Amino acid sequence: PELDLLVGHGQQDEDRQDVSLLHGRYRELAPHLVPLDYTNNPDIKVPMALIVTMPELKENPFRDRIVETFSEDGQGNMSFNDFVDMFSALCETSPRELKTIYAFKIYDFNRDNFICKEDLQKTLNKLTKGELTPEEVTLVCDKAIEEADLDADSKLSFSDFENMISKAPDFLR
Amino acid sequence: EREKHKGKRRNGDRQKNERENQRRKRPSKLVQGIREESQSKTERRERSRRRRRRAEHETSIHEGNERERDQTRAKSTKSKKNIKNEKTRKLEGKEDGEAQERSGKGKLKLVCAKNEEKIESGDQLKEKEKALGVKKKKKKRRKKPETSEEGDDEEEVNNDGEVRPELLSPEELEKLKDAVDEKKKLIQSLRGKPWPMKQKLVTLRESQLFVEKYEGALGKGKGRKLYAYKVMMTKKWMKFQRDFENFKTACIPWEMKIKEIESHFGSSVASYFIFLRWMYGINMILFGLTFGLVMVPEALMGRPYGSIPRKTVPRAEEAGAMDFAVLWDFGGYAQYSVLFYGYYNNQRAIGWFKFRMPLSYFLVGVGTVAYSYMVVIRTMARNANESGIGDDNSFNFSWKMFTSWDYLIGNPETADNKFASITTSFKEAILEEQESRKDDNIHLTRFLRVLANFLVLCCLAGSGYLIYFVVRRSQKFALDGLENHTWWERNEVNMVMSLLGMFCPMLFDVISTLENYHPRVALQWQLGRIFALFLGNLYTFIIALMDAINLKRKEEKVVKYNITMWEASLYNGTGSENSTAPPITIHPADVPRGPCWETMVGQEFVRLIISDTMTTYITLLIGDFLRAVLVRFLNHCWCWDLEAGFPSYSEFDVSGNVLGLIFNQGMIWMGAFYAPCLPALNLLRLHVSMYLQCWAVMCCNVPQERVFKASGSNNFYMAMLLVILFLSTLPAIYTIVTIPPSFDCGPFSGKNRMFDVIQETLESDFPAWFSKVFSYASNPGLVLPFILLMVLAIYYLQSTSKSYKEANVELKKKLQMQNEENKKKNKQAALKAQMDLEEARKMYHGRNPSLSAGDREPQFSARGPGPRNGHNGNHGNPRYLPGFRQQSEPRMCRVPSLERH
Repeated sequence: PELDLLVGHGQQDEDRQDVSLLHGRYRELAPHLVPLDYTNNPDIKVPMALIVTMPELKENPFRDRIVETFSEDGQGNMSFNDFVDMFSALCETSPRELKTIYAFKIYDFNRDNFICKEDLQKTLNKLTKGELTPEEVTLVCDKAIEEADLDADSKLSFSDFENMISKAPDFLR
Repeated sequence: EREKHKGKRRNGDRQKNERENQRRKRPSKLVQGIREESQSKTERRERSRRRRRRAEHETSIHEGNERERDQTRAKSTKSKKNIKNEKTRKLEGKEDGEAQERSGKGKLKLVCAKNEEKIESGDQLKEKEKALGVKKKKKKRRKKPETSEEGDDEEEVNNDGEVRPELLSPEELEKLKDAVDEKKKLIQSLRGKPWPMKQKLVTLRESQLFVEKYEGALGKGKGRKLYAYKVMMTKKWMKFQRDFENFKTACIPWEMKIKEIESHFGSSVASYFIFLRWMYGINMILFGLTFGLVMVPEALMGRPYGSIPRKTVPRAEEAGAMDFAVLWDFGGYAQYSVLFYGYYNNQRAIGWFKFRMPLSYFLVGVGTVAYSYMVVIRTMARNANESGIGDDNSFNFSWKMFTSWDYLIGNPETADNKFASITTSFKEAILEEQESRKDDNIHLTRFLRVLANFLVLCCLAGSGYLIYFVVRRSQKFALDGLENHTWWERNEVNMVMSLLGMFCPMLFDVISTLENYHPRVALQWQLGRIFALFLGNLYTFIIALMDAINLKRKEEKVVKYNITMWEASLYNGTGSENSTAPPITIHPADVPRGPCWETMVGQEFVRLIISDTMTTYITLLIGDFLRAVLVRFLNHCWCWDLEAGFPSYSEFDVSGNVLGLIFNQGMIWMGAFYAPCLPALNLLRLHVSMYLQCWAVMCCNVPQERVFKASGSNNFYMAMLLVILFLSTLPAIYTIVTIPPSFDCGPFSGKNRMFDVIQETLESDFPAWFSKVFSYASNPGLVLPFILLMVLAIYYLQSTSKSYKEANVELKKKLQMQNEENKKKNKQAALKAQMDLEEARKMYHGRNPSLSAGDREPQFSARGPGPRNGHNGNHGNPRYLPGFRQQSEPRMCRVPSLERH
């Protein structure tokens, strides 16, 4: 639908296709829940358990967090709009700033607008499947905070995160 | 059908939006915050009062207004539309009346503004400006996409758009332009806003309409198509680039294999495989040169097998020439083929396009060596460059943590690899960190290191002497005749060499634990030591070869004498009978011939390579594979834990493998001149090695206990390779320059020295003046100054590069210092601000403790700048405390715009 206007004007035909493609994907996840005809019942949500089975997310260690972040209720139940949101943010052409914002949200496990030590530990354990010893995890987290924390509150605010990530050589996602 | 479906969906969406928008007034209002700031609050209030007043008279004034407008637009042909507009307005009026409470400042306001504009014509300018603002707002807040009236709406908009620009003064035009630009910016940056899709949509549609309307008026609308085209092209271009990158990666051979190994075993093991691949590339070129310019031309255009003695198996060997044992030893038919030096004819030009075979042979020999030098040195220079610039490690751990996952991975196996590689990289980083932290007793370490080096030197000296001793003894035995000695005495040299090669590295390994180096440095030391040991190997081999050459040359002299005698007897025998008869044809196999030392050297090298390869593969299969199998399957029924205990699985031996590869390559460089088949053989060997070792690593080895990063070791490998290259070209060049070629085999037979072929070519193939110039140029009087000049240039370049390097290091240090200072400043500032705040709070509490929390807020927020101001990069600002504010007083964020205070 008109969601596609979003992707930038002047190329609506393509984007319309994209959105109908996305709708196809969305429906594929839960054919019994999502109607083919999206006219009258926009209040449909697909639960997280189904969303994370998508091949794009299946292997991602942060899949649950991603789905939670983009869902409006924070529980991982996604409406089609949330779904489109997610894809537009994760797609390759989306701007860096947007990705930074959402990346921060994803890594902020306890949603207190800071990436604190517990968040880092969770991130690290997800990344390494818990193969590092607790001492190593603590060391890495301490180092990471020491490196990126600019205001000495021993947790990373968004500006710290942005500053750090903007200098990263391969922040592509 | 799909169209229909889409249409339905769109309709549904519209309705959805309608409902949604009523719910969503708040967020969209937030968006307009920027606009609202520009208008003062009092003005707003006044207007709303006015609007309320006017809502009652609305319809009447409206009609009047319409009439007025008709007059002004007498010439315009839009009368039809105006009528429509009138209807629309009426409808709107009704609706707005109903929705007044609901939709705050809706279209009504627009109408009011227009009215004001027309009526208060004295205050026209000001009013129009306001109207403009309202207009914008209206566009932004078009929260009710009335489906039935949209078309009409559109037209109304058009009318307005057409009227305005003519009436506007230049300043206003400017303002309009600015507004349009702002909207455009908003549209462009919209994708970067972390809003939900619906909000984005609403904003976008409104802004787009606004831009469309006014842009047309300003005559800038033509750029749209171009813009769309540009966007499309950038999209396509990006896709193409991505595909091309993928293609390029897919073209790199074994990339996936190496990546997989790297993810499980760390970059040090991967560096071996990368080195192997690089070597494969070099050998590919060498093979191309020798195969394309030497072997193929001789095989195709040279005289066929059996035509002349050097191309025929001698009668004595003919019986067993096809036996496998002989062929495996590269004798028999293999010896008399293009694979070896002796087969080539000394005919100056062969084939129908006069291919200069001897010249080509010589140039290819020189070219392979020159090319190898060039490549090795160039790679070294590039590696040095890379290590000099990069490595900004200021956010090492954070980057690893936040950017290491590849979001494109969808394959479980790849994901497993990625997990492994991330874990490995973390372990590497942790190791580096721990190493940099570690500083224990420096004196003890130093003493131990000196001791270790002393021990290693002793080992090396001992083994060197042993080799020397054994070689001298074997020379004596060889003079006596090998038949008189035992098996041990005959094979003494080889046995001693391999025993040394087996045990010394172990000894070095034990010694190196004394030194307590970082594993990367330890690897380099280990490499250097084993390298020194292997040099002994090389030395013995060359000595033995030289001896063999000398023996052959003595034999050759005898043979040469015999042949002249034989020929004389042959001719005498026939000549006496009938002098006019044609010369007797003797089958080339029967002609006596010299020993041809060049072919012998080539054969030696080929045999060496083959046996070396076999040893490597067999040790791999037994030492790694069999061991792994035994450990794995005997573990159930063994007294102790085999996997964790004594045999366990083997680790990948980086240093041994690298050195094996390097020495192997040295053999190729040394022998390629006498056996053109060597690069081909080596190519085969490397190819098989690649697959075999990749497989062996993945299936029977375990990762090293201390995984470390291999950065920098690559250049160390290169340096060793360069040394070996130099050492291996020395004997080759020595033989070419000093020893005369055999008289009856090879492309240079009949010449005094091999390089005479150059002179011959110069004399016969180039004009006379060229050889004259050449002879002048090679005059020592010219060559010496030239060499001197080159030395000077090298000296100059080296000193400049040194100074640059120093400056670089200095700058890096400064940068780092700056960074650290900044960080410190920030921390201090943050601490200070915190203390200030504490103090202020205390004072405040002290003065009036009865104040409620809600009253306190503005006071505090007035103390410091808003959170946004702090973020603008001025880290030295003592009032920079974004985190703190939000942390201690979370409610403060909700205090509206700062302009109020």
